[in-house]
Amino acid sequence: MNKHLLSINDVSAEDIVRILDVAESFREVGTRVIKKVPALRGRTVVNLFYENSTRTRISFELAAKRLSADVINFTTSGTSVAKGESLKDTALTLQAMGADAIVIRHSSSGAPYTLTRWVRGSVLNAGDGTHEHPTQALLDLYTIREKLGRFEGLRVAICGDVLHSRVARSLSFALVKMGADVTLVGPPTLIPPDAPAWGVQVSFDMDEVLPKLDVCYMLRVQRERQRQQYVPSVREYARLFGLTRERVAMLPEGALIMHPGPMNRGVEIDSDVADLPQAVMEEQVTNGIAIRMSLLYLLLGGGGPEEAGHDA
Amino acid sequence: MGSVRLLDGVEIRRAVTRIAHEILERNKGAQRLVLVGIAARGDELARRLAAEIERIEGARVPVGVLDITFYRDDIGMRAEAPEVHETRIDFDINGTTVVLVDDVLYSGRTVRAAMDALVDFGRPAAIQLAVLVDRGHRELPIRADFVGKNAPTRRDEDVRVALVETDGEDAVYVEERP
Repeated sequence: MNKHLLSINDVSAEDIVRILDVAESFREVGTRVIKKVPALRGRTVVNLFYENSTRTRISFELAAKRLSADVINFTTSGTSVAKGESLKDTALTLQAMGADAIVIRHSSSGAPYTLTRWVRGSVLNAGDGTHEHPTQALLDLYTIREKLGRFEGLRVAICGDVLHSRVARSLSFALVKMGADVTLVGPPTLIPPDAPAWGVQVSFDMDEVLPKLDVCYMLRVQRERQRQQYVPSVREYARLFGLTRERVAMLPEGALIMHPGPMNRGVEIDSDVADLPQAVMEEQVTNGIAIRMSLLYLLLGGGGPEEAGHDA
Repeated sequence: MGSVRLLDGVEIRRAVTRIAHEILERNKGAQRLVLVGIAARGDELARRLAAEIERIEGARVPVGVLDITFYRDDIGMRAEAPEVHETRIDFDINGTTVVLVDDVLYSGRTVRAAMDALVDFGRPAAIQLAVLVDRGHRELPIRADFVGKNAPTRRDEDVRVALVETDGEDAVYVEERP
């Protein structure tokens, strides 16, 4: 394993299997009376969030706490960042305080990579601009493996605002790496022009793709990232690319419906569709804690100089 | 590399049978008794002990498996994060007598970790320890309640337990470390 997790490109297919397997052990920990293990006692994890986030930050916080690490939440409002401190100076400060891992979310693509130049600890990308969100992709892979048992040959559509979605990028890279067939679905304006180079297919017609799927992954329409008019109206978008009851009926029996959250009910997904049993959003959230525990454990659990003595 | 066989398959079987008798004798039967094997060899030994107890006493005792990786005291001292195995204790351990089962007792650090892990599942009435081989060199104040074979060893030797299910044969070897 690499020291940092900046992109899905940092992990091999074997690494991914290991991350998912270790996460399975942490799922079991989550079922115990005491849902906490001492594995990372004495380590410090900093959540450095330059963008608003509830679920990812809480998930990382809970993951670190269940590993007995000390957690510091550093958000930008009301802190030194609001006073104009640069990323570099913030990083050096956290470094001086002895952070063993920094979990960073930033609106600029590549910010986590830049951070690795200034800190000695591990850096985990919790979403950078429109680049990547690797921990989301890994928890999605865990959920798919748990429900469907495999990746090879699995037909997955990632639907909606692919252009602004770091989740879509990370998930596409990860699924392709594991041997799944990925199709990006959306209006031409919201499909990145370099998409064919990701090893995926592209379709502009959702109804044509739906009957052939094992997983239908819906993306949030990211109005806050859209700097121009990409679709004529929200209503038209919902009509052409929203997951409605009628579209769910076109999916094969047993196909999963996924969404990284937060959902815009009534836009990319209808409210009653989001509550169907084959919609596994709650499982995605639960699995997110286990995946982040697995990553923190694998990235921080080593790092010693050499093999410790044999013990039994 | 020198290798000496400490126990063969028949001797392992006899040791397991004797330990099963001792567990029943000490606890006056199999009431409120559960077995928890420490991964990766202890779980198989726990299953064999449970089978023996059932043969002798006609009582089925629950068997669980415990991985102690997250409770190790050397995390961060190794180059790589230690390998993780499965944990599965799908019964309530509150108020039970838990017999921890492991293949080799050495420093005692694994048993210390196992006891820490176990109490996160509940509060047993008592915890006892059964091992196939006690090789000495304790680093903690821990002793086994039930021992298959006491084997004085040197620190530069390894004790390797092979079981049919995982290794294709039943045997215990003392090996010179290369």
